[in-house]
Amino acid sequence: MTKAKRKRLIYNLVTYALVIAAYIILQNMIGAKTISRSLKGLLVPICAWIIMAVSLNLVIGFSGELSLGHAGFMSIGAYTGAIISGWLLAAFDMQDPTLRLVLAIAGGGIVAGIFGVLIGIPVLRLRGDYLAIVTLAFGEIIRNLVNVLYVGTADGQLHFAFLNKKLPADVTMLVDGAKGAVKIKPISTFTVGFVLVMITLIVVLNLVNSRAGRAIQATRDNRIAAESMGVSVTKYKMMAFVTAAVLAGMAGALYGLNSSTVVPTQFTFNQSINVLVFVVLGGLGNVLGSVISATFLTVLPEVLREFADYRMLVYAVVLILVMIFTNNPLIRSVFGRAVAPVKGLFRGKKNSVSGGEA
Amino acid sequence: MADIKKHRSDTKMVPMPTYSIVPERDVNEIPVLETRHLGIEFGGLKAVDDFNLTIGKTEIAGLIGPNGAGKTTVFNLLTKVYEPTSGAVLVNGKDLHGMSIVQASRLGIARTFQNIRLFDKMTVEENVRIGLHNQIRYDMFTGILRLPRYWKQEKYQHERAMELLDIFGMQDLADEQSGSLPYGAQRRLEIVRALATDPKLLLLDEPAAGMNPHETEELMENIAKIRDRFQIAILLIEHDMSLVMGVCEGICVLNFGKIIAKGTADEIQANPAVIEAYLGKRKEAEA
Repeated sequence: MTKAKRKRLIYNLVTYALVIAAYIILQNMIGAKTISRSLKGLLVPICAWIIMAVSLNLVIGFSGELSLGHAGFMSIGAYTGAIISGWLLAAFDMQDPTLRLVLAIAGGGIVAGIFGVLIGIPVLRLRGDYLAIVTLAFGEIIRNLVNVLYVGTADGQLHFAFLNKKLPADVTMLVDGAKGAVKIKPISTFTVGFVLVMITLIVVLNLVNSRAGRAIQATRDNRIAAESMGVSVTKYKMMAFVTAAVLAGMAGALYGLNSSTVVPTQFTFNQSINVLVFVVLGGLGNVLGSVISATFLTVLPEVLREFADYRMLVYAVVLILVMIFTNNPLIRSVFGRAVAPVKGLFRGKKNSVSGGEA
Repeated sequence: MADIKKHRSDTKMVPMPTYSIVPERDVNEIPVLETRHLGIEFGGLKAVDDFNLTIGKTEIAGLIGPNGAGKTTVFNLLTKVYEPTSGAVLVNGKDLHGMSIVQASRLGIARTFQNIRLFDKMTVEENVRIGLHNQIRYDMFTGILRLPRYWKQEKYQHERAMELLDIFGMQDLADEQSGSLPYGAQRRLEIVRALATDPKLLLLDEPAAGMNPHETEELMENIAKIRDRFQIAILLIEHDMSLVMGVCEGICVLNFGKIIAKGTADEIQANPAVIEAYLGKRKEAEA
């Protein structure tokens, strides 16, 4: 095994191990009831934001396109998930919450993926700043569309209406315009969230280290050179964009089915920027970094609740300080030296294991 | 000049019906590249005009000319970065009209760039693997699910990449980030990457730029070696005349977008039009 490959393998294993360890510890805390209520309530959102950050990292970090409409895909997933779950319950009397959740997540991913293709076709013809602005616009379009969407279910049928609310009178409302998706039965669980995070990590990490993933990175580093090598730039940009949209849709369904209502204002431009902050803080192309920063920045506002009115101010200051310190070469090198012995230990162990195999 | 000629094969050059000469051994083969009255205008400025060139199947050809003569523009026309405003490009007898850069690459044209364009953030091996992109096949899901086909194809790709890096003795650098390589190594990596696409015609844009005489000498050997081993045609743009005269069989001189001379190295060196293009016209008084 070459040096670069071993380094990558260790990086991937550490990422998986960290997520699995966190899951086991938190599950034990839930079992022992030592977990605070506010943290317990955050577990599913943390999973959703990790998926959002990792999937956006695929677009920004690996494909090199600045997408500012990622929350739009999340809202599509959230709404689709709420509709599917409500419909399955009303029309088929499907009581099993886990099955409903899984179907809702799959549906959210598929619908978001379809929108990813539709949006990707015009958007990915643009480059750089133009692409960023157009994705931003698409995110807003999606939010405004769901703002006037009415969906109801009656006799096992789904009824859709736009703007003028002409649904039959006897329907059970699932999506009620600006009021959002209403009367959702919260069925998301931490375990399903954890599984979804693992799926996301496997998809992104394996994709990046495959033929398609290398092509995606090549189009980021040099478009003309990639084309000259016979790599179809549009195809691979699209692949990254749609994969990210599907994952965001799944995260949206998970997130939406965690509460009793989903409103369009939850998925504004600000939310896209939030995810962008996770990605940039964690490091472009750094999946483990995205996982850590999404977790940290989701928990931080809750921890800062005691600052009351100054909460967002403190949040912003912490953010600035973290950005400065993680990008300071001196601090990085000190940190690097601090973890070097641990790394060395790990490497020594790894070598003996691979030696044993040979 | 005797030792400098050692990399040049002493083949007889034969005239072709279309204004060009090719090595005798390639006469009965379809020329790997043929351009007919190729030209491009940028807002009224004819950057390249009436460019006719035929390159034999295994020829090493040179394209020279003063700065701004339009040499790189010719490369961009051949690789479809630009769409020509007049004329045609034929690769192995196939017209490139309306093709994209990717399609041209699949027909067998590979190139290096004057201002190096590596995939900076990827390793040396990954750069070569991108060159091999179209020689392995498995879809996205095979890659994500790590099916047996993934491991088989990846193994093949790795071995092939190492084999190609061996041409320039670069296997030891395989894990380095390509952007951090020294300049000369970056130029060599670009050639390896281009070779990885399994081209019929290799276009080298100033391969010796920034190299010292020793490295240039080595490069010259390697260019000849590559041709012999892969049996492909090579067209190179170069300002280093020792390299051009040393390795190129047919040479084409460009000035102000027009071909001013074509011939063997000896003919070009003696051509008054070429001397004038490079050194300027003699004043009447001196004549």
